[in-house]
Amino acid sequence: MASISDYERSPTVGRPNTALAEKLKALWETEPGFVGWLGTVDHKEIGLRYIVTAFAFLVIGGIEALVFRVQLAWSNVKLLSPEQYDQLFTMHGMTMIFLYASPILSGFSNYLWPLLLGSRDMALPRLNALSYWIYLCAGIFLYSSFLIGFGPNVGWFNYVPLAARAYNNGPNIDVYSLGMILLGISTTVGAINFIVTFLRLRCPGMSVNRVPILVWGTLTASAANIFAIPSVSLAFFLLWMDRNLGTHFFDTTAGGSALLWQHLFWMFGHPWVYAIVLPAMGMVSDGLPVFCRRPLVGYTAVAAATVATMILGFGVWVHHMFATGLPNISLSFFSAASIIITVPSAVGVFAWLATIWTGRPVFTTPFLFFASFILLFTIGGVSGFMTGSVPVDWQLTDTYFVVAHLHYVLIGINVFPVAGAVYFWFPKFTGKLMDERLGQWNFWTMFIGFNLGFFPMHISGLLGMPRRIYTYPDSMGWDWLNLITTIGSFLFGFGVLLLIYNVMKSLRHGPTAPPNPWDAPTLEWAVSSPPPPYNFTVIPVVASRHPLWEDRLDQPKDARSHIETGLVLDHGKEALGTTTLDAEPNVILKMPRDTLVPLYLALSMTVVTAGLALVNWWVVAVGVALTACSILAWLWPEASLGETVVPATGKARHG
Amino acid sequence: MRATQAAILFVVFLSTRAHAAPLQYLTGAGEKAAPVVTLTWGLLIISIAVVVIIGLLLAGAIWRRPGETWTPGAKTALKGHAGGLNWLWVGVGISTLVLLFSIGWTVKVLADIQAPPQKPAATIEITGRQWWWQVRYLSDDNAHEFVTANEIHIPVGAPVRLKLVGGDVIHSFWVPQLAGKMDAIPGQTNETWIEASAPGTYRGQCTEYCGLQHSHMGFLVVAQPAGDFRKWWDHQLTSPAVPTGHAQLGQADFQMHCGNCHTVRGTEAAGALGPDLSHLMQRSTIAAGQLPNNGPVLAHWIADPQSLKPGSLMPAPSLSETELADIHAYLKTLD
Amino acid sequence: MAEQHTLEGRLPVGAINTRASGWWAMIFTVFTEASLFAYLLFSYYYLAVQPHLPGTFPQGGQPDLKLALPNTIILIASSVAVGWAQLGIEHGSKQRLALGLGIGTLLGVVFLIVQYFEWAEKPFTLASTPYSSLYFVITGFHMAHVVVGVCILAALTWWSSRGYFNRVRYAHIHIGALYWHFVDVVWIAVFFTFYITPLLGLRA
Repeated sequence: MASISDYERSPTVGRPNTALAEKLKALWETEPGFVGWLGTVDHKEIGLRYIVTAFAFLVIGGIEALVFRVQLAWSNVKLLSPEQYDQLFTMHGMTMIFLYASPILSGFSNYLWPLLLGSRDMALPRLNALSYWIYLCAGIFLYSSFLIGFGPNVGWFNYVPLAARAYNNGPNIDVYSLGMILLGISTTVGAINFIVTFLRLRCPGMSVNRVPILVWGTLTASAANIFAIPSVSLAFFLLWMDRNLGTHFFDTTAGGSALLWQHLFWMFGHPWVYAIVLPAMGMVSDGLPVFCRRPLVGYTAVAAATVATMILGFGVWVHHMFATGLPNISLSFFSAASIIITVPSAVGVFAWLATIWTGRPVFTTPFLFFASFILLFTIGGVSGFMTGSVPVDWQLTDTYFVVAHLHYVLIGINVFPVAGAVYFWFPKFTGKLMDERLGQWNFWTMFIGFNLGFFPMHISGLLGMPRRIYTYPDSMGWDWLNLITTIGSFLFGFGVLLLIYNVMKSLRHGPTAPPNPWDAPTLEWAVSSPPPPYNFTVIPVVASRHPLWEDRLDQPKDARSHIETGLVLDHGKEALGTTTLDAEPNVILKMPRDTLVPLYLALSMTVVTAGLALVNWWVVAVGVALTACSILAWLWPEASLGETVVPATGKARHG
Repeated sequence: MRATQAAILFVVFLSTRAHAAPLQYLTGAGEKAAPVVTLTWGLLIISIAVVVIIGLLLAGAIWRRPGETWTPGAKTALKGHAGGLNWLWVGVGISTLVLLFSIGWTVKVLADIQAPPQKPAATIEITGRQWWWQVRYLSDDNAHEFVTANEIHIPVGAPVRLKLVGGDVIHSFWVPQLAGKMDAIPGQTNETWIEASAPGTYRGQCTEYCGLQHSHMGFLVVAQPAGDFRKWWDHQLTSPAVPTGHAQLGQADFQMHCGNCHTVRGTEAAGALGPDLSHLMQRSTIAAGQLPNNGPVLAHWIADPQSLKPGSLMPAPSLSETELADIHAYLKTLD
Repeated sequence: MAEQHTLEGRLPVGAINTRASGWWAMIFTVFTEASLFAYLLFSYYYLAVQPHLPGTFPQGGQPDLKLALPNTIILIASSVAVGWAQLGIEHGSKQRLALGLGIGTLLGVVFLIVQYFEWAEKPFTLASTPYSSLYFVITGFHMAHVVVGVCILAALTWWSSRGYFNRVRYAHIHIGALYWHFVDVVWIAVFFTFYITPLLGLRA
């Protein structure tokens, strides 16, 4: 057994066998009890936690919407007071956009990436745990003031001066601002993890042009988040300072600027909406071809379109500000950019259509969700195209037309692919099959409910119904449309509950799933369902985008992927690092054990956040001290991770 | 499929029901509104066509050659790599051309409606406040300026310049039949213009979320022939007649209890926190376009505004029945 | 492609310099923190071009360079010291490593002290005007990053003095030094914005 002072090693190449599998299981499985439960760094467990938590927020956000949909079902309903309505619509937006839409995709990506890439784990397992714990703490924190009646109440977009102390004196906006900064840290460290994993942890042969489109989608979203999130975190921090320390960034009575908020918010906000759909589009690009029995048409074009959409997405934020009195030249540029960004989206739509057309569709539940997404994407896309035109936007902005648009793109491009992804990957995650018949009912309820609920909003918008109103008079011609919308929304909500019911029922009573129930081509389907804690017994080598289809796609015999032979990495918890472009092995990485430090760090940061919310500098100081200690404990050089030459007494353990 | 059929039906539905929806803009007219209506129809037709075409292609793709039914774990035949890329070239190529055309049309309409076609017949400074509109008619001669609220009169067939100011938070000025939206933002003045090509009363609404009563911050734009408009302007410059009887008692009460917020020309009531009420009886609505301006409604409003517009900044007055009745009588003389 | 039975050549094991995952994590941390400062400076420039009364942006006119300029040189010197330490350990000198890091830490502390005096001398407070808010918040954000950097350097100095690193295993040094150099570069941008652009005409 090599000692940790070995700087180099020549790892053996071998085949899976029972002894090796047992040894790896003992090394990689989550520790039992308290430490394992709170300290796991296994990407699969963290991914599942993300998915469950995100679904919980989806249901909560959905209930908020259904309550105010009752209020809006007809004219002059008196169910809610204006204040109650304002808190509900704000919390609905905040919950869906921040606490559901991104974390759900992080969850699936977290679980799947190492399997898709032929790796043992993400590059930074402790950081992975941290991103989840901060997400959970931030979500609870963001809801804390709502639960006592002081929820954020001026919209998820939180414009000043309405959000300033002069017009909003309670804790509502302080909790929102600080909670968002905390949540931003979670998203940022998660993004860093994905990017580093992509650059460093792909298995040999997994060159950049062979990674699944989901990987491209999440990678692109992560890169965007790195650059975009600081904008909104800063905006919220400056607002908190204006509200609590008397600064004048947004104070128009003292030379500050109300539009500065809008620029900072939307410079983040627009890239964000692409970040919450591109990974989902990637899921469709990977899942749909399986049910068309052929590879995706135009892989390179789709990957390039993913990146192009995100880059262009940084250049259109002003389309949220068309009515603010900007100069014509600025309006023309951003209008043109907002319309031209449709082009890479069209690449995706035609690639998916071509894949179905030239394939042989198999009508499973995942296929239904993935195929219908194409239509919903298109409807959402054209309403965006219309509002991209400035003069038209001047009539349609702030009406229900935009509400229709944003729900078609968010539900159509995030929720529907996610539902499909649940059906598609549930067998892999749990080792059970979902109920297909119930799945078909599930799909139709969601599809009909969604369109019934949201299509009429295009009409009510064209008929002039403004956004964010808690009631409307009976003389406006909106009553019937709103009633249909409310009924459709409830049907859609019922459909989401059916999805959750099918999941729970199948967990308990579902038939056992084989490793590859769908006969799919990518690496996650090569391991058992569910995968062992170490993912792959030996590190695979890939030679194409479709390792498990190579024999039937006429891949030359001497250029095939190897899953049954590969590098044996068993001198402790080890993973393989490879070069960036061509994925040649270049280091054996030592991976960390389960540890409670990420949880401690997340809790410390929450203490700081709470201290700032209370404007109590003692609490802040304690939180900062705890944060510093946690970080020091985390980063203390450890021999077992190959970080130091001196085994620190009491800390290092031989792997 | 369902969605696209519904789309076509609703478009037809829309044009027949237009008159019953006062805030819709597709029957708008005038130099500022009309080019946008045409552009909207153009983009809408393109959009519907795209959805229909993609929908048909999707339906065709799904049903032309269904594969085998699925059994878990079974290895079924693969279709192979062949073909499909042409879809991208043709589809994206056509889409790009359509998009470029739309950009060109957009830029043209934007340029066309940027400035009024002729010198504006009037300039009005409008300040958005929670939750009403302060309207000041500007003139080179100070003596010709006046302030009113919530109901804006303009001459037919001539452009009117608007200067929009945010009085407290951001509001947005929107009268769909005449023009698109423009925000009223604190710290800056946004200029825009509107024009009515036909006489009538046009409904407007605040369209930037501005707090509790954002839903009830409307206004009216009344377009009159030029002669009537001049008469209306001159009348606004006058002070209301001196009241007698109960109305006179009401004026004293009004000055004492309401004058800190409201102005009536020629009296001691000079507050600027609420709407100018000098010619209240000329307006067809109160509470920012929300309620009809008739006796019972007005009486209810001054006695208990919170029950009609909860959260509004007009407090419930602690006045006796007699005082309220007198004030009501006084308000009814403000013609 | 993988050979069938043996891997020719040996692979390094553990966190080896730029092959360490932590190094890449720091690179992207630098990107995101750089974005934060980009948005802070964007806020400065955005507010700078709004209308202001003369003499209020910058408030009190051109900011004084008598502390800021030497302080900039001190910060650059600290980066040089840390760079010297990095070269030292690359050649196997543990003493140079610890010494360079120690000097870098000390100079970082001096920077903080001088900056504190500059803050105390300003004729305005955080809540005076938009300019004053920008000044204290932007230099404050930078100062916070320097504090974190000083803590990192102090920890690295301590670990180096205990012999934790050698010419093969010193990823922590690489990673911490990257952060420190980044903090230095940010200061150049902040310094340019506050002290040089008014001289170039960006003032009310």
